[in-house]
Amino acid sequence: MSGTFKVAIIGSGPAGLSAAARAAALGMSHVLLEKTDHLSDTIFKYQKGKHVMATPSNLVLRSDIDFEAGKRETILGTWDEQIAGHKVNVKYRAEAKAIRGTGEAIAGSVQQIVMRARDGTKTVKEVQRHAPPYAIELTNGEVVMAENVILAIGTQGNPNRMRCPGADLPHVQYQLDDPAEYVDEHIVIVGTGDAGIENARGLAEDPAQRNTVSILNRGTEFATAKPANVSALMADHEAGKLTIRTESETKAIEPGFITLTTRDGEIRIPCDRIIARIGSAPPRMFVEECGIAFSSEDRSAFPKLSPVFESTAPGIFVIGALAGYPLIKHCMNQGYDVIEFINGNTDLKPADEPIIVEKFKDLPGQRSTDEWLEFLRANVSILNGMNPLQMREFMLDSEAKFFRAGEVIFERNAPGSSLFGIASGSVAVEVNPADPSITIPIEAGSIFGEVGLISGRRRGATIRAAEDTIVVEISRLAALKLQSQVPSAKKAIERISIERQLLQMFGSGLTREDVAPLVDAARVEEKRAGEVVVAEGAEDKDIFIIRRGSMIVEKQIGERPVFLSYLPAGSYFGEMAVIDGSARTATVKAAIKSEVIRLPGEGFLALLDKNPALRERALQDMAGRRATNAFIEGQKDSFSSVVDMYSQTAAFLVDNGIGEATDVLLIDEKLCIGCDNCEKACADSHDGLSRLDREAGRTYAHLHVPTSCRHCEHPHCMADCPPNAIKRGPDGEVFIDETCIGCGNCQRNCPYGVIRMDAKPPKKPSLLQWMLFGKGPGPGEAPYSWRKKAAEQEGAAKAKQAIKCDMCSGIDGGPACVRACPTGAAIRVSPDKFLTFTKLTEDVE
Amino acid sequence: MATKAGGTGRFTQDERRRDSDHVSFLKHKGFRWLWIALALSGAAIAGYLMIDQQPRPNGGSWYGYTLGTIGLLLIVWLSLLGVRKRRINPGAWSLKAWTSAHVYLGLSLIVIATLHTGFQVGWNVHTLAYVLMLLVIATGIYGVVAYATLPASLSANRKEMTRAQMLEALTAIDRQLESAAQPLDRAEADLVIAALGQDVFHGGALARLTGRYPGCATAGALKGLGRGSEAEARVVALLEKRRDQLAQIRGQLRIRAALEIWLFVHIPLTIALIAALTAHVISVFFYW
Repeated sequence: MSGTFKVAIIGSGPAGLSAAARAAALGMSHVLLEKTDHLSDTIFKYQKGKHVMATPSNLVLRSDIDFEAGKRETILGTWDEQIAGHKVNVKYRAEAKAIRGTGEAIAGSVQQIVMRARDGTKTVKEVQRHAPPYAIELTNGEVVMAENVILAIGTQGNPNRMRCPGADLPHVQYQLDDPAEYVDEHIVIVGTGDAGIENARGLAEDPAQRNTVSILNRGTEFATAKPANVSALMADHEAGKLTIRTESETKAIEPGFITLTTRDGEIRIPCDRIIARIGSAPPRMFVEECGIAFSSEDRSAFPKLSPVFESTAPGIFVIGALAGYPLIKHCMNQGYDVIEFINGNTDLKPADEPIIVEKFKDLPGQRSTDEWLEFLRANVSILNGMNPLQMREFMLDSEAKFFRAGEVIFERNAPGSSLFGIASGSVAVEVNPADPSITIPIEAGSIFGEVGLISGRRRGATIRAAEDTIVVEISRLAALKLQSQVPSAKKAIERISIERQLLQMFGSGLTREDVAPLVDAARVEEKRAGEVVVAEGAEDKDIFIIRRGSMIVEKQIGERPVFLSYLPAGSYFGEMAVIDGSARTATVKAAIKSEVIRLPGEGFLALLDKNPALRERALQDMAGRRATNAFIEGQKDSFSSVVDMYSQTAAFLVDNGIGEATDVLLIDEKLCIGCDNCEKACADSHDGLSRLDREAGRTYAHLHVPTSCRHCEHPHCMADCPPNAIKRGPDGEVFIDETCIGCGNCQRNCPYGVIRMDAKPPKKPSLLQWMLFGKGPGPGEAPYSWRKKAAEQEGAAKAKQAIKCDMCSGIDGGPACVRACPTGAAIRVSPDKFLTFTKLTEDVE
Repeated sequence: MATKAGGTGRFTQDERRRDSDHVSFLKHKGFRWLWIALALSGAAIAGYLMIDQQPRPNGGSWYGYTLGTIGLLLIVWLSLLGVRKRRINPGAWSLKAWTSAHVYLGLSLIVIATLHTGFQVGWNVHTLAYVLMLLVIATGIYGVVAYATLPASLSANRKEMTRAQMLEALTAIDRQLESAAQPLDRAEADLVIAALGQDVFHGGALARLTGRYPGCATAGALKGLGRGSEAEARVVALLEKRRDQLAQIRGQLRIRAALEIWLFVHIPLTIALIAALTAHVISVFFYW
């Protein structure tokens, strides 16, 4: 042990490297701990030659080491060189196991760690915090002492380890770099996720390697792997390339052998190598045990941090992806900043200052950036709970805007998922589309636009500035972050959204006071896909509003459930039983994962009693629904097969994700001649790459759902996009902009497999040249070989980026796939318009 | 952004698209082009009957020239469909509308061109152009019938499989066949080898169109193989699987061929028609 360092930096990713380089440049005593034998393991593990991007481009890099977009090898090479050049004190193979304060116990500072078991039970563990210096215990038993600790460990976590006897033997490994390395071995793969399957197939691929490969599956299903991987594995198994051992678990490991427990008892088989791919544990547990509190119990929550990145454990700082900043440039800037803060430079302005200055430059009134941030924080009620660091970060994803009296802020039916907060002034909501003069005011401090945020659907009303108004437009991402960081904001948004939904549901005429008792009694409930909310014949008397997601209504006719209708977000149901006191007449269940607002029936009745107009309206709606149901039931008697067809087709479409779609491509195979003109048109409209696969996908009763984007209400692809490059465009399309870094997260997150990763090919010769002289590959997507050759001729290789349908945004005439269909087989529909009896049973011939 | 939010023009357009019924090219917009074609033909017939053409109805009268010009323009426009379907942008047009118009206006040519001839035919380039046009229309009628009747069977035959998946499935069966056939004797093994060695796409155009493959080695192997031993039974079962998989692939080929074959006549004939038409027009003006 070499005394106590001023600062220990754990993790040598971009954030850690940059911090270490700064510390070295300042001459601060430091150590950089890296668990592997090389720097920056996450980037090191990227595939060879991967192009690493440097977004956001408007953010300046402030670091002692360089970084610009380029090949993985170049970037790692530069860093290795510069870290050596700065004489950074790096300690390799140093994996931190625990961090403890060695000073006095800090009075009243106790960390509560909530542990959730799989069965849903919770246990709380308490950890008393101690003052610095910190003792960092490494897995090899060494201890490193430091006054300050910087955690820059990212979010990858560590692979889960095997637990059986012999699991610590050297031939048990958790990674496979090159399957071609191993020959003549008996290899057992543990774990049947994608990683395990890919490893097993890689090792068994070439018979010349003569490996005997088996893969263990605890059960009989491969629930966590992609279907394509599973079927490939099955085929390899059938072909005798490898063995799948189902219902098998490892009991013990010894050199040369492994013992398995199987359904038929224990077996001992030869085994020279074990590759365990059994997932990885997120680093949260380790971080919490260091005394660092998180902002909430939410899985996606980040640690609570001060404006200088200090966590709730004094002297432990958190930066980088773990702090919620996944982009390399942010990480590197924070590495620099945090060392400056530790060094006492408290006046340092963050590197993103110019970006924030830009956001406020069009607002009236001379205020400094800090004053503006404080102005918004103090005036918009949902922002009250934020600290200055959070405000700054929040502002990066938000916009401050000024509107003169009478200007439109957004229009009815415009798509949009952002939330607005009114910092000063007020706005007017045009509640009646037929008569814009009827408005409801929303005052300063409140919010609007929450319906678009929560339901993912279009704006419900036009909103204008009632006077000169300053608003902050909070992007969907920032709004989600805000809700997970500030629980009070989440509650406020929820309450307002319920209130507005009630007011909007029945048109004008109701006041906030009218609905207040209902709002108080309302509960938001989450429903799994397929979960029954209302059961036919039941006697419960609550009424529901769909807050997000969608529902399907079914009725048991004869022995089979018959699909009656599809209810999009914003609709209400359950009112019949409340109004006439009867049992439930139909079953309502969630088409996809949804949220409903449950309102007590008595409260609703009381509201109806007070408002005759509302009662009238509700009775009208009810009569309409009754008529639809009666119509389908009537058809059932005379045209039973048509109703069955309608019901089953609707169920098929909902199963294939149409329930969460906003605009989806369907192909009527009674008309499709298989010419693939849709794919060709798609490729020719978008950089020469097709974004749809006509043939792939499911078919029912000649209605085919091809592999093509559904523009989901709550797009899965948006969930984890580091540069936030996936957005919803002005026509409702979900698109990926040019800041895509090619990480492939969206491709993995899309349950429908509609995103592909590919490099933009060079331009083809024109159609005329092809028709007259046969130059180039002709219309449609050029074959891979042509693209590769043309790209080589053009020089500089382009990076692979995520590619998906953008609904031909910006192209006159709308989606090319539909326009290019010669027979009318290709149609694009939205579920609320298409999942109806007439549409589904209409005759196309 | 916020002030001009909505892009309302496109939204209305999209809503109209989502609202529109889903109908085939034949029914497009309530048979709009059928009515236009009928009106055109009706007007041509009425004109033919009512206008007193001197000395007799003929391509050379002023009414004959009018009909000829309409017919020529129609033929040129109809042949441009080939360019249109390969050039998606720019323009807010729909190929379905073009196909619909192509079908009905093409049919109306029968009336217009026949009236243009004044029912005078002979062994000359003028009648050649007329006959070529009728052949083009006849092949086109076959095309319409094929488009209206075959797609459903194409879809049913596909059973949610893509073409690549069908071939993959065959490869998987072949791999199993290869190992299963190891215990067989020489003669039987040769039958299996012949089945495995045969190109999936063997058989030529006629086999492809009719779906009959008399030289199919898989069928041959099934016929020639004994059923005695366990190994033989296993191979036979796999060969039956192979036969079914081949049948699906061949079904796909057959229907696709039936959907496309007419284009191999329709388009060359169209080019010949345009050549004959050019000769017809030039000669008419030459001998004015």
